[in-house]
Amino acid sequence: MSDALEVQNIQVGYQNRSVIEDFSVTIPKNKITTIIGPNGCGKSTLIKTVSRILKAESGAIFLDGKAINTLDTREIAKKMAILPQTAESPGGLSVFELVSYGRFPYRKAMGSLSKEDYEHIHWAIDVTGLNEFKDRQISDMSGGQRQRAWIAMSLAQGTDTLVLDEPTTYLDLAHQLEILLLLKRLNEEENRTIVMVLHDLNLASRFSDYMIAMKDGDLITKGTPEEVMTKGHLRTLFNIEAEFQSCPYSGHPVFTSYHISKQEDSHG
Amino acid sequence: MAKNATIESKAQVKAVKKTAKPIRGTIIIISGLVFLCFSFILSISLGAADINLSTIYNAFFNFDTGVTQHQIIRELRFPRIIGAALVGAAFSVAGALMQGMTRNPLADSGLLGLNAGAVMMLAISFSFFPGMPYVYTVLLSFFGAALGASIVYGVGSLSKNGLTPIRLVLAGAAVTALLTALSEGIALYFNVGQDMAFWYAGGVSSTKWEHLIVITPIVIIMIFIAMRISRSITILSLGEEVAVSLGERTVRTKLISILVIVVLAGLAVSVVGAVSFVGLIVPHLTRKIVGYDYRWIIPVSAVVGAVLVVVADLLARTLNAPFEIPIGALISLIGVPFFLYLARKGGKEL
Repeated sequence: MSDALEVQNIQVGYQNRSVIEDFSVTIPKNKITTIIGPNGCGKSTLIKTVSRILKAESGAIFLDGKAINTLDTREIAKKMAILPQTAESPGGLSVFELVSYGRFPYRKAMGSLSKEDYEHIHWAIDVTGLNEFKDRQISDMSGGQRQRAWIAMSLAQGTDTLVLDEPTTYLDLAHQLEILLLLKRLNEEENRTIVMVLHDLNLASRFSDYMIAMKDGDLITKGTPEEVMTKGHLRTLFNIEAEFQSCPYSGHPVFTSYHISKQEDSHG
Repeated sequence: MAKNATIESKAQVKAVKKTAKPIRGTIIIISGLVFLCFSFILSISLGAADINLSTIYNAFFNFDTGVTQHQIIRELRFPRIIGAALVGAAFSVAGALMQGMTRNPLADSGLLGLNAGAVMMLAISFSFFPGMPYVYTVLLSFFGAALGASIVYGVGSLSKNGLTPIRLVLAGAAVTALLTALSEGIALYFNVGQDMAFWYAGGVSSTKWEHLIVITPIVIIMIFIAMRISRSITILSLGEEVAVSLGERTVRTKLISILVIVVLAGLAVSVVGAVSFVGLIVPHLTRKIVGYDYRWIIPVSAVVGAVLVVVADLLARTLNAPFEIPIGALISLIGVPFFLYLARKGGKEL
């Protein structure tokens, strides 16, 4: 199993506060990897550093074996697409226009879309099920459709690796599942490496091949959902007691309810 | 991936091209240019003294120094109209770049302190270096615009919860008030108030060929640079994080556009004075027509802005002839309600 991304001893912080110190992790190729952890654990900081929005003060990140700070930003954009959590489009943009921006890394300053660009754009719109909406304005669409449009933009980038920061936030249950099923399909049919941050642990467990758990900027554990989703780990990570079952769809561990660890007999 | 791509039929690809905005943009640019020519002619013929078309024709092609009207056309009206067109284009392109780069729908060189900064440097140049060559005045004006912008961003950044569009405009208003007071003070102290009054109110009446020779090439070069970075501005308007992810060189794009904005705003102010709202209104109108692609917003804004200021100047001269209404006041008449409308919408458009 080769690695799509390798994070080596990075240190990242805002101003003078260090969020992540001496952090190392590898993300396997052609798998779905999910990063979990409580709020403020550094998972978004990690994603932002991988996506070169934040700069690591020390350490290095390797994409397909090459350090990203030595690569041209456009070359990185052809290998790895990143969908930030706060993606918000100008209101009047159509789906087609937004998705076409995914081709930006491939284009010259003044040129227009090539045939190959059109193929990628149409494929991305098609696979995200947005064909009938392609001329619709983003501002007129539902949250789930919008998110699919953004994912389509990232797909049009034609990269092997796709990084998503909380792609299901603000979506209702059905739309969350829709997005994750889409990502699963992309992984299975296209062998894309998918890295994402998810809040919902059960969805994370169900859809991941590999999980990374963080707390206070440290790596707590990593491995398959069976290895990561244990009573002990969730106690360490979230201070909760959870009873696990096997997910009927994936066979991975999920829990139906949970309790806060410290207040052992407050109620229920 | 391309291999797995569902290759759409050619017809479908064509259909997409047809609905795209470029055609509308081209129509607007062409009809805008036609309209601009039309308003040029109208503007030359109307004024304190009306001039008929054949005289205008003769003034260009059979120039006679003995004919006063020929003199008026060649030395007064024509330069001021060219000046108005350039100023309109400059303010509009600067506004479009500012709005795209900062995702701030209320961005305008007048509202964010660039114009006031440029005026202050003009006051300083008139007071301390009277008779300075125009080129240096223009350079000082650039510097003033940069100064105004940096103070506004500096003051705005002090706020705890970050820069919102409205906060930035408030900082702009405060800094504009301060800089204007400073330039008025300087002007009063050094007795150049008369010269300066014109720059607060705004007007293109004193535009001369010697100014146009300096500003025309710079405006054209700056608009050309703006066009070159227009695709990057579109990507930047999706937000910094998305832009970085798409492989945009955001720092480079921002530095180039800041340079272009400061030069265009400073230049426009050195000709017309501190006229606000052109850079606010025009890009918004343009987006309604051509959408969100800055490859179209920038050239269309330039043309629409030129038309707006030429027409405003025509109205300024003719509404209350032989007196001139300050052009800044006229444009604010549309600008202020427009600003309130945008502020109310909370900038969802951008």
